[in-house]
Amino acid sequence: MKKFFTRLYVVLIFILLYAPIGVLIAFSFNNSKTRAKWGGFTFKWYIGMFRNAEIMEALRNTLILAFVSAFIATLLGLMACLSLNRMKKRKRSIVLGILNIPMLNADIVTGISLMLVFIAFGQFLSRYGYTIVFGFGTVLLGHITFNIPYTVMSIMPRVQGINPSTYEAALDLGATRSEAFRKVVLPDILPGVLSGFLLAFTLSLDDFVITHFIKGPGFDTLSTKIYTEVRKGIKPEMYALSTLLFVGVLLLMFGIEKGRNARKKSQQYH
Amino acid sequence: MRCKEAVMKRKQNPLLTGPYLVWTAAFIVIPLILIVFYGFTDADHHFTMDNIMRITDPVTLKALGLSLLLSALATVICLILAYPLAMILARMKNGASAIITTIFIIPMWMNSLLRIFAWQTLLERNGVINQMLAFFHLPPQHLINTPWAIALGMIYDYLPFMLLPLYNALTKLDWNVVNAAYDLGANKRQTFFRVIVPLTMPGIVSGITMVFVPALTTFVISDFLGGSKVLLIGNIIDQQFTQVGDWNVGSGLSLVLMVFILISMAIMQHYEKEEEGAANIL
Repeated sequence: MKKFFTRLYVVLIFILLYAPIGVLIAFSFNNSKTRAKWGGFTFKWYIGMFRNAEIMEALRNTLILAFVSAFIATLLGLMACLSLNRMKKRKRSIVLGILNIPMLNADIVTGISLMLVFIAFGQFLSRYGYTIVFGFGTVLLGHITFNIPYTVMSIMPRVQGINPSTYEAALDLGATRSEAFRKVVLPDILPGVLSGFLLAFTLSLDDFVITHFIKGPGFDTLSTKIYTEVRKGIKPEMYALSTLLFVGVLLLMFGIEKGRNARKKSQQYH
Repeated sequence: MRCKEAVMKRKQNPLLTGPYLVWTAAFIVIPLILIVFYGFTDADHHFTMDNIMRITDPVTLKALGLSLLLSALATVICLILAYPLAMILARMKNGASAIITTIFIIPMWMNSLLRIFAWQTLLERNGVINQMLAFFHLPPQHLINTPWAIALGMIYDYLPFMLLPLYNALTKLDWNVVNAAYDLGANKRQTFFRVIVPLTMPGIVSGITMVFVPALTTFVISDFLGGSKVLLIGNIIDQQFTQVGDWNVGSGLSLVLMVFILISMAIMQHYEKEEEGAANIL
């Protein structure tokens, strides 16, 4: 009896989480203009979506932005971890505290504060004849900023786990400093670096609020495009987009899970 | 060992430290200073409290109250829904547990705007739920553009954020301690409230913060599910920046919002510390 209720509970929450997504998927194949009625099966919204230049442009922007911002944030995060590790404890906790602000603060405040700073920088630069255009550049700077704390969070435990003796042993054995770093230190921290990159990538893909305030007119990511489209009214292409994004996430998550299992198994054999 | 660490600490490479310190100053510290500056000044850069006091405007005050109420409600319901689920998942056999938990976390990685859009489709006047009611010859319900629709959207959107930290805390829990409590004569209730909950307090605290702060400050959920009829404090701030263009008032209201975030964090940290202390004594 108890087992029945636990199963029922798990199934009910599963339905709560997935029913809305199921509805999105069903409507993406609905051949009817009003979304209330079922008018037969169609692929036309998918075709319409792929032909919609604005959606495709937003998709491209989103992917480039996610990749570049994750890459730079990982690099900066790695540098931060390596130098924080050498700091005195007090100074380190202060710097880490400031670095973590975008992670703890509300997105709307981070977005607004970045918007204000870009305007202020713009006013300052205009004295010297330069201008700041709100668009890809400002959004990229914003995404890197909110990604850094997450990359630091992933990399820091690995860096703290390094045994400094191995690095020094490599130096004693005649390795140059860069060789010692690449061949001794880097392999130890690489898993943290990779998971930091992945986390930053997905966070950048998903962000709406911060982008909303710093994007400027004429530049869109998928999230901001969805926002304007949904506010305008019925757009069946959005259902098609939802379905494709959901399938993408599903494949990615199970790919990661499978990779993790395979790694675990291979570790067991060693 | 200590000596070697000291040697490493002396070698601070400015090329390593420089870039992210400059970055932090330019894009974290200066932006926050700017919000404080705009919040406490008027258009001519003179000091004023008017922007902060705008919170006492009836519409704004009502929006703040509704935000606090709905986000607290959503947080409590998320906790009540997620805790039993996290316990069930954490007690499953190893292989099944990871896969099934992944299934419950997956919606978190889907674009959150589209997930709220899905609820718009369900709750609308001619939406899926009202269609189903009509099929059973029941009268249609006014579901969308109500505070309840927004609360539902919050619960749906943030449930995985509550589930994940609870699940992590519960998988780390040493169930021998729970069994020991039973052996020593505690009943189920006592064991749950005096052993399991205190030991998973860090998970509860981070779950609550991960739901409460975004729910308190959201404007997307109220935009999609509240129409323009139900306003949250996030909507008012968003309007000040994107429609009215009054950065001073917008910054002032953001500062008020930040005070509430800081208060909630302070309360949460207090509980986390207290329970850690108790756990150490155990």
